Amino acid sequence: MAEVACPMAGVVAEVKVQPGDTIEPGQELLILESMKMMIPFQSETNGVVKEVKVNVGDFVNEGDVVIVLE
Amino acid sequence: MATKGEELRAVRERILQMGPERHKKRVKEDYGKLLCRERLEILLDPGSIVEDGLMANCLEEELAADGVVTVLGKINGRDVAIMANDFSVKAGSWGERTVEKIIRIQETAMRLRIPMIYLVDSAGLRITDQIYCFPGRRHAGRIFHLQALMSGMIPQICILSGPSAAGGAYIPTFCDVIICVDKLGAMYLGSPRMAEVTIGEKVTLEEMGGSKMHCSISGVGDVFAENEEQALQMLKDYLSYFPQHCFEKPPVYEPAEPEKPIDDIEKVIPENQNVPFDMYEVIWRIIDKDSWFEMKKLWAQEIITGFARLNGKPIGIIANQPKVKGGVLFVDSADKACRFIRLCDAFNIPLLYLMDVPGFMIGSKVEKEGILRHGCKMLYAVSEATVPKISVVIRKAYGAGLYAMCGPSHEPDACLALPTAMVAVMGPEAAVNAVYYNHIQEIKDPKERMKFVMEKQKEYREQVDIYKLAANLIIDDMVVPTQLRSELIRRFAYYENKPGELRYPKKHGVMQV
Repeated sequence: MAEVACPMAGVVAEVKVQPGDTIEPGQELLILESMKMMIPFQSETNGVVKEVKVNVGDFVNEGDVVIVLE
Repeated sequence: MATKGEELRAVRERILQMGPERHKKRVKEDYGKLLCRERLEILLDPGSIVEDGLMANCLEEELAADGVVTVLGKINGRDVAIMANDFSVKAGSWGERTVEKIIRIQETAMRLRIPMIYLVDSAGLRITDQIYCFPGRRHAGRIFHLQALMSGMIPQICILSGPSAAGGAYIPTFCDVIICVDKLGAMYLGSPRMAEVTIGEKVTLEEMGGSKMHCSISGVGDVFAENEEQALQMLKDYLSYFPQHCFEKPPVYEPAEPEKPIDDIEKVIPENQNVPFDMYEVIWRIIDKDSWFEMKKLWAQEIITGFARLNGKPIGIIANQPKVKGGVLFVDSADKACRFIRLCDAFNIPLLYLMDVPGFMIGSKVEKEGILRHGCKMLYAVSEATVPKISVVIRKAYGAGLYAMCGPSHEPDACLALPTAMVAVMGPEAAVNAVYYNHIQEIKDPKERMKFVMEKQKEYREQVDIYKLAANLIIDDMVVPTQLRSELIRRFAYYENKPGELRYPKKHGVMQV
């Protein structure tokens, strides 16, 4: 089981995956609103999403686990 | 009976065969590494080697050259000095003569003012010999002392294609560049075994100090190589951007047109400041084709640092990468830029800054990491550099990001802007929030509130319009995007002969670290 950590602090503006989705490197997982910009956050690995731990509007800090993979 | 000459020839032949066959077999088959002298053969021009200390410890059959080969040789006709650990001799460990040989080749490189290359592959100090090679004036510590003294005077280049343990790991780290070979290279202060004994941590060698870890997480490694042959080629490529020493200019090559035509450069830069794009697409439209050599590519990717050639002449590029973390400057990106700027400045490589930066990261996480300290470091390096330097505002340049990317206050020879540029203390959204926060909160109707905010943002955009800044001579010129490459070539040609800038006499500054 792998965990995907958020690369920078910000507010979740959009969640682009849901449990059961197969993801691959380069795929957008979340859009973060940070530093007054919309910053896409891409996957670095392959995997299947088990759990999305954040909702739109949540503040996430750098290093927080946002997605759990199977 | 053999003559004296034949006897000597036989001894030298034996030494040139390196360590015992069983050890050589292990190096090749178990580790999958090249032998020490095979590496030199690939790296150096044929017949160019002059070797010192070949006879070191020659009375001991199994200690050929005492485990390190120290030579002068040529790379594409250029003189270099090399220290190469021989893993087939006692795992490349250091004894008394090993250390003396390393010190001597370093002294030779300094005297001749030629690049010093370290091919590192060593188990470390022979503990049984420690009083002859660890504590004294010409013992191991002096290797690092000399590295510090020659830093910035001659290029120091390392290929890490084996272990480099404890104090020995400072040899790579003191170099200007470490090319780390996948799976073979490893450096660490304490080995996994040591970690388990002393602090109870269980960790693999790869996790502890492997090439991938150092190139992507710690930032100690600079270049990641798939294998040894690639690493040796990369070393040659790296050297092609550098002069022999700090009082020379870097070598000039045949000019080449960019890989991608600059005609469509406007298409790759979105006008909306908040939409990410790939800064490499700008770089490929400016620099000579096949001239890119990137440093710390896998680490702190929100900033890009690399050598390139512009019309045949080497430059160092520092570029924000909006595609990664919005191009925001973090603790590591500031360190990465600082290190690269100082490297270029030390060896007379002109600097080109390409800006699309929303500023330094905000928040308690980065404050605790000391982002002020790290940001200071980058700003310091920018101020300190006296090489020809041009900064270009590609898109946004907000807050201290403008200063850190060599904006007008930091004495670039020119600060240019594309028509997509926006230079401001902060972006319109943040600025309107900051100035009108209370007022915005008081407007109850969401529609009205949005209307107010949009109006104020529009006003703000007009205030900081790039034509207004150009009209006020804040920037030196605006450039039609398709003319950016030719403009840079023409400008650098004027700046390249400047005699250096006035600096106050002093020992050295007190840079944040």
